[in-house]
Amino acid sequence: MDIQSFIQQLLNGISLGSLYALIAIGYTMVYGILRLINFAHGDVFMLGTYFAFYLVMIFMLPWWLSATLAIALSAIVGMLIDRVAYRPLRSAPRISALITAVGVSFFLENAGIVVLGARPKGFPRPEFMSHTYNLGGAYITGVSIWVPVISVILLLVLFYVIYRTKIGMAMRAVATDMETTRLMGVDLDRVISYTFAIGSALAAAGGIMWACKYPQINPLMGIFPGWKAFTAAVVGGIGNILGATIGGLVIGIIEIMIVAFFPALSGYKDAFVFVILIIFLLVKPTGILGETLKEKV
Amino acid sequence: MKRLLIYSIVLTLLLSLGITASCAEPIKIGLNLEMTGGTAAYGQMGYEGLQLIQELVKPEVLGRPVQFVLVDNKTDRVEAANATSRLIEKEHVVAIIGPMISGNMLAAGPIAEKYQIPIIGPSTTNPLTTQGKKFVFRACFIDPFQGTIAAKFAYETLRAKKAAILSDINQDYCVALGKFFKQEFERLGGKVVSETYLKTGDQDMTAQLTAIKRARPDVIYFPNYYTEIAIAARQARDLGLTQPILSGDGADAPELISIGGKAVEGLMHTAFWHEKTAVTEIGKKYLRAYKAKYGKAPNAFGALAADSYLILLDAIKRAGSTDPKKIRDAIESTKNLQVVTGPVTIKNGDAIKSIVLRRVKNGQFEFLTVVNP
Repeated sequence: MDIQSFIQQLLNGISLGSLYALIAIGYTMVYGILRLINFAHGDVFMLGTYFAFYLVMIFMLPWWLSATLAIALSAIVGMLIDRVAYRPLRSAPRISALITAVGVSFFLENAGIVVLGARPKGFPRPEFMSHTYNLGGAYITGVSIWVPVISVILLLVLFYVIYRTKIGMAMRAVATDMETTRLMGVDLDRVISYTFAIGSALAAAGGIMWACKYPQINPLMGIFPGWKAFTAAVVGGIGNILGATIGGLVIGIIEIMIVAFFPALSGYKDAFVFVILIIFLLVKPTGILGETLKEKV
Repeated sequence: MKRLLIYSIVLTLLLSLGITASCAEPIKIGLNLEMTGGTAAYGQMGYEGLQLIQELVKPEVLGRPVQFVLVDNKTDRVEAANATSRLIEKEHVVAIIGPMISGNMLAAGPIAEKYQIPIIGPSTTNPLTTQGKKFVFRACFIDPFQGTIAAKFAYETLRAKKAAILSDINQDYCVALGKFFKQEFERLGGKVVSETYLKTGDQDMTAQLTAIKRARPDVIYFPNYYTEIAIAARQARDLGLTQPILSGDGADAPELISIGGKAVEGLMHTAFWHEKTAVTEIGKKYLRAYKAKYGKAPNAFGALAADSYLILLDAIKRAGSTDPKKIRDAIESTKNLQVVTGPVTIKNGDAIKSIVLRRVKNGQFEFLTVVNP
């Protein structure tokens, strides 16, 4: 492989990986606090893209406004899911909540098929996202530059919220010891609600950028990115935000490089991603960063 | 004696009631369609065509009304097989239309064969679907023909010497069509310089396309379904690939253009039908009615589903019975029947039909040429 192709593939990998990272953070935050794998996360990701799609197509809102509104709406959906499906089961065994999560996921997917229609829709991509740049033979679209940039900005905002605000402190406290935090007089439900809101907002942001990169949306589009992001969260060390970011990039780059070096295996690239998940679960279930940091948010 | 008379009158009345009831009892035709999932557009277009043809041709045969029973197979092999069993065992259909795609027919066909219920795939082009089966039919041409025509077109008309193929490894249709294209292209003296795969539902094909770019082909062949073609075309153009793109009948869906946008402009593909090739009376009627009802350009999948229905209706009429075995024999002896896409003859379960070449121009499918078998 010549260097030019390698750089092209690396860019492809980083841009895919940073999207996985954004979705993975939502998984990891909820897990860090509730020890719950929120399987509906990938479907919130899907809803975010549909919100943006309808705001642009029907209400003709400018692009930045519809994206912001879509993210806000998804945050509300996230809080709603927690309120309706998970809060009543807070004291139930963890497996019940897990099964409920799977149920919520199926519900959102099938309700999506009924309400939004099963046929895919073309997503309107803004001009600055679709411009192509030629970097010495390696082609890169605007979206591949903007995705990592926006992801980094969102991550910085997230770290600020978690380490510099009161609600962030509460989240860290709940993640460390839920019972003690409750005894200290912290409103647990409120903290968890905010966690879902932040996670869902990031999923929606990831979803909108995903749709800009792969401009096709359908009600089942959240399933595979959701699984891959879950893999990324586990590989990075579930419960750890920095780990999820690294895991996302690792999974994205591996996925692309497998096709780059073994084109004949390209149809099986998803299988390789899940083989990595299994290897990590067997060999190092705590993931890349799982043990080094104690705090789990 | 009087009582006996009354009894016998009541009995006769009841019997005659029973007979009229069985006369009016509908003939059920099962629809096993991709209403959701990866190829939902085909199933939904097929269903549109079936609803329309029932409005145009009175849904009645042998003096009994014809009724559809629709089951969604979710573009999934297991669901397609289950849908077939359900239609036969629970709904007692006399015949089945669908699935639309070959992979699903390969799952559904053997079940229909086992129960000896005729099943017609409107657009199942893979040759294996009908091979060795007595009860499995198709209303379209087969992929060896389609792949050959595409390869000839690439080599002779586009003067391509090197081709790249990116096909969907999850779909029997896509993998086989890619192989048929390759065989013919290399037989003509061309060379396939890159063969890569994707999987149904994949969003990122940049890695495969970067590999294709390195191989510097003269033409790119995407023998896939519309969503994957549209995404691959966009990413190919984003990566600076400017070669002409060729596809098969899978490209025929409005989604190709709504998702592909400018990137699919100039894409050429082999297709079942173009409205310009409508020659039969019923075909012209269908065109007008389709535009009036749905307000958009008609597509091949709806037309082929309507064809399957007309073939079935004609077969039941000629069989003079709803016995599935007699219907099967009547379908097999279909000759020069006037259906929506033209006259059709069935041989060994396959329909003999011509191929249309089309090109996307200004967001519309434009007619290029027609090739007869």
